[in-house]
Amino acid sequence: MDRNRTHRNRKRLFRLLHLLAVFLTMSVICIPGLWIVLNSFRPTVEIMAKPPVWTPSFTLEHYRAMFGGAGEGGVPVFDYFRNSLIVSVTSTVIAILIGMSGGYAFARYRFRGKSGYFVGLMLFRAVPGVALSLPLFIVFARVGIIDTHFGLILAYVAMNVPFTIWLTDGFFRQIPKELHEAAEIDGCTRWQAFWKVEFPVARSGVASAAIFAFLTSWNEFALASQLTRSVGSKTMPVGLLDFTAEFTINWGGMCALAVLMIVPALILTFIVQKHLIAGLTFGGVKG
Amino acid sequence: MTEVNLANVTKDYGSVRAVHGIDLGIGDGEFVVLVGPSGCGKSTTLRMIAGLESISGGEITIGGRLVNDLPPRERNISMVFQNYALYPHMTVRENLGFSLRIAKADAAAIRTAVRDAADILGLNELLDRKPAELSGGQRQRVAMGRAIVRHPDVFLFDEPLSNLDAKLRTQMRVEIKKLHQRVGNTIIYVTHDQVEAMTLADRIVLMRDGHIVQVGTPLDLFNAPVSTFVATFIGSPPMNLIDGTATDDDTIRLANGLVVPVPASARGLLQAEQKVQFGFRADNLMPAGHAVQEDGEMAELDLTVTLTEPLGTETLLFTDVAGTEVQAKMLNPRPVRPGETLKFHLMLDKCHVFDAISSQAIRS
Repeated sequence: MDRNRTHRNRKRLFRLLHLLAVFLTMSVICIPGLWIVLNSFRPTVEIMAKPPVWTPSFTLEHYRAMFGGAGEGGVPVFDYFRNSLIVSVTSTVIAILIGMSGGYAFARYRFRGKSGYFVGLMLFRAVPGVALSLPLFIVFARVGIIDTHFGLILAYVAMNVPFTIWLTDGFFRQIPKELHEAAEIDGCTRWQAFWKVEFPVARSGVASAAIFAFLTSWNEFALASQLTRSVGSKTMPVGLLDFTAEFTINWGGMCALAVLMIVPALILTFIVQKHLIAGLTFGGVKG
Repeated sequence: MTEVNLANVTKDYGSVRAVHGIDLGIGDGEFVVLVGPSGCGKSTTLRMIAGLESISGGEITIGGRLVNDLPPRERNISMVFQNYALYPHMTVRENLGFSLRIAKADAAAIRTAVRDAADILGLNELLDRKPAELSGGQRQRVAMGRAIVRHPDVFLFDEPLSNLDAKLRTQMRVEIKKLHQRVGNTIIYVTHDQVEAMTLADRIVLMRDGHIVQVGTPLDLFNAPVSTFVATFIGSPPMNLIDGTATDDDTIRLANGLVVPVPASARGLLQAEQKVQFGFRADNLMPAGHAVQEDGEMAELDLTVTLTEPLGTETLLFTDVAGTEVQAKMLNPRPVRPGETLKFHLMLDKCHVFDAISSQAIRS
């Protein structure tokens, strides 16, 4: 009896500790995000208040000001949004096309120096993006593509391709080579076998690679802040800087823009999530 | 009419030669099984015929047409893979119709062809399922269905039954044989299982280390193996081999001291003192009173049973002859205990003699 109770109590204790750990972890992840969302709806006085105001009031003044004219603290939200969208979508599409081809090649073909290339690609990821900003700035300025969508897209493609290759390589590697062989025997060319059989099977992997690439471009700040200058090319993360003045920071406005930035990323992730969760439905071959 | 011909076909991987100049003619409608231990080049050979592996040397013709450099899609062949290779994102119906869709056949024709194949293989209830929802045997049938839908000239099977459990394997073996009787196409079938080879083949091609060792009907290989390798690979249990020495008066002295006459097929071909291996199957070594034939040339041995394997209609008796394990067969079995010594009859006219050094059969 006694021993049973001890074990039962111990089990309860462990479950409690487990929940506590989950709570702490989730707090670290969620509270900053929550803080941004809440503050975007609070008056500036309350944000800065010391001691903090525990019962928040609700206001849309930051959003109103942000979309308002330049004199009322407004920023060109739509321009930034458009720039972000163009740069992120285009660079993601290009990075996926190139990265997928590369990943497929690494997964399927044998060629000289294969592992060397692969390690090399990974090494590029080890270079911090900021360290590249000065060389990139000088080169881009000389070539004349500073402050353009094209320049930023180029930089992001270069940034995302290695990771996409690495990710899609893993997914294609999981697909047995017999699938494309069967397709070729069934009458496909090598090209058809890829698009009709291997690509659909690896679709969820490619989708997750695309999400990663998109979010990286969408949220990137360090490079964009150097390579863009004007309203015509500044992306949303750079736009956040508009809320910092020489001596003050408009926290409320910054949070409001940040919320606008988070929303599309959230929506996109939810849409693609279905593919991610659906996972790889293998079974065409013996598991 | 679809003959398949291989003339001096080789395959090199870098400096390693995997297939050494294979010559093989396969007749129209013939069921040929390539069999051998793993790494013998049988799968590579099949993949070269399919066009999935480039040919390093020699020529392959299908139906008289040289196919060396044709891609798989232009060879009009079908292949069933060991791991089935069904398209996981398509239903069974789409899997079956895939090749016809690629060939841009019209929808009605595809429907008919898929229905016919489904009828033959009993897949009608499964047409709307995805491969992941099927059992191993069902997947195997879909893979076969996908192969027959397009009416190829040649069917290629690459160890199609290896992933199935023993019971299902016997069942599918029968289905494959029925399929061949029904469609009558040329079939080339690769397996490492000699039972599959024996039961399915019109002709067996036994390979080893990239060479063909022997080609012939299952009974040819069983009754007249060209070497000890064939003798021990084909047939279950493998042929018993006992070391022996030829004498000068047409007898062989076995390692245990027993002197037996040289079998009729090898008489006059042995030199005195030639080292040989004397081979016989378990079926030809039987306890006295349990043998099928009690006449003909026979030797008598007293052997001690070390182990028994009762199989119902027969019992395998393991004995020891001069340090070599020898299996005997007891028909209409009675219980035998390990340690019991029995009198055995060896049917001498069913025995084989192999050269001890070259391992080749000595036979006129």
